Amino acid sequence: MDDLGEAFLIALQLIAVGDRELLRTVELSLRVSLTASGLAFVLGAPLGTFLAIQSFSARPVLLVVSNALLGLPSVVVGLVAYLVLSRAGPLGGLGLLFTWEAMVFAQVLLTLPIVVVLSYRATETYWTDYRDSLVVLGSSRLQSVSLLIAAARGALVTVFLAAFGRAIAEVGAIMMVGGNIRGHTRTMTTTIALETSRGDLALALGLGLILVALTLLVSSLAFVLNRRMSDF
Amino acid sequence: MARRFLLLVAVLLATPAWAPAWAKDTIILASTTSTEQSGLFGHILPVFEKATGIEVKVVAVGTGQALAMGAKGDADALLVHDRVGESKLVADGHGIDRRDVMFNDFVLIGPRSDPAAIKGVKDAKEALRKIAAAAAPFASRGDDSGTHRMEIRLWKAAGIDADARGKWYRETGSGMGPTLNIAAGLDAYVIADRATWANFKNRQNLVILSEGDPVLYNPYGSILVNPARHPSVKAEAARRWHEWLTSAPGKAAIASYKINGAQVFFPLDGSAPVR
Repeated sequence: MDDLGEAFLIALQLIAVGDRELLRTVELSLRVSLTASGLAFVLGAPLGTFLAIQSFSARPVLLVVSNALLGLPSVVVGLVAYLVLSRAGPLGGLGLLFTWEAMVFAQVLLTLPIVVVLSYRATETYWTDYRDSLVVLGSSRLQSVSLLIAAARGALVTVFLAAFGRAIAEVGAIMMVGGNIRGHTRTMTTTIALETSRGDLALALGLGLILVALTLLVSSLAFVLNRRMSDF
Repeated sequence: MARRFLLLVAVLLATPAWAPAWAKDTIILASTTSTEQSGLFGHILPVFEKATGIEVKVVAVGTGQALAMGAKGDADALLVHDRVGESKLVADGHGIDRRDVMFNDFVLIGPRSDPAAIKGVKDAKEALRKIAAAAAPFASRGDDSGTHRMEIRLWKAAGIDADARGKWYRETGSGMGPTLNIAAGLDAYVIADRATWANFKNRQNLVILSEGDPVLYNPYGSILVNPARHPSVKAEAARRWHEWLTSAPGKAAIASYKINGAQVFFPLDGSAPVR
């Protein structure tokens, strides 16, 4: 079990010396996953809330499909994103393949279903509570959606964190569309996969520990922000 | 309040992006995991970039996938090791100007206890027959990579039928590194390219047991993706890479890459391998 001890040492060492490559990798990982989960949130939260307040014939289908997509394997998302962004694919003209934007694209696809489903769940109960008052006030759907999002903001922070968690932990999709190119698209998780395959298990685990510390940091930040917002 | 939350999201979205310095020329090189994991690119790419100002972005995948990337025009150049697949890419019109670049070799690795007693057996086919006779665990890539295809040909040449291989034969379905990890865990025999092995850290009981049979030589070829077929490729920069790699300075850079003092890639310039 000396690999575990060595991993701790390596992690501490890398942080202590402020390893340049590590910092770039961390920055890239955060940039990709925060951008992707942020975009997924901006698109998905209003959509999920809309599904909560608006009853229409396609709604059950949309909900069932979104629920099913929660279990989508990331390699499948990566494969789809790859084929779409490939030079021969429909968005090939943008030349995005093997860039950080391509990784964001794949992770938005991956996290959008999570945001839609969980936002729906989060706002559904508020809608049951406020429905009558909102109808009496004659508020439009747009107003209702924004009011519900405001009311459910605490739960929605958790929704964002769930999306971010899936994004930052994911390796299959970004490996495929990013290509794990050193200095360009090599993130924490793809580095861990690479070091594992090189048999440097202690270094891989050390990087894993740093990744855990990062996600802890992000969720603590969100927790504090959430507290602050609730004070208003 | 909703606005506040959106503001938070907006702040998160505005995380600083590096302005990518696309001013300089870059090409995408599709290559194999074994070349990337050996550390060769870390050694030769800076030399090339210094000489030409062109940056090479390496996407390391299995040879099969690298060839598929070439056929879709998703790479500008390829450096792979599967003669048959390379010729097919050229014959199909997706690749042009295939050239020999270098070779390394495969080695037969196994546990120090060596239950099949293959240590020092020069003939790789004979070594495989002994492993089969002893029914000793053997880890195969099983992923249709260049290395896996070579291994299959070797079993066939040794006269051991795929169906006759018993439970001792395990297909891992993964890359060279993961397969070595599995072999180390199972005390299994395994065929690996010398460069990946030289860089591999989690060896546990594994050692090289048999090496040097000419059937284990592993040649690499460089191919350009055909710009006539795929107009989006960076034909000029890729051509400069291709020319450099097969020129004297390129070969010198390859030959000067050493792992623990040992040369692992040998430029194909007619000189015989030293081993």
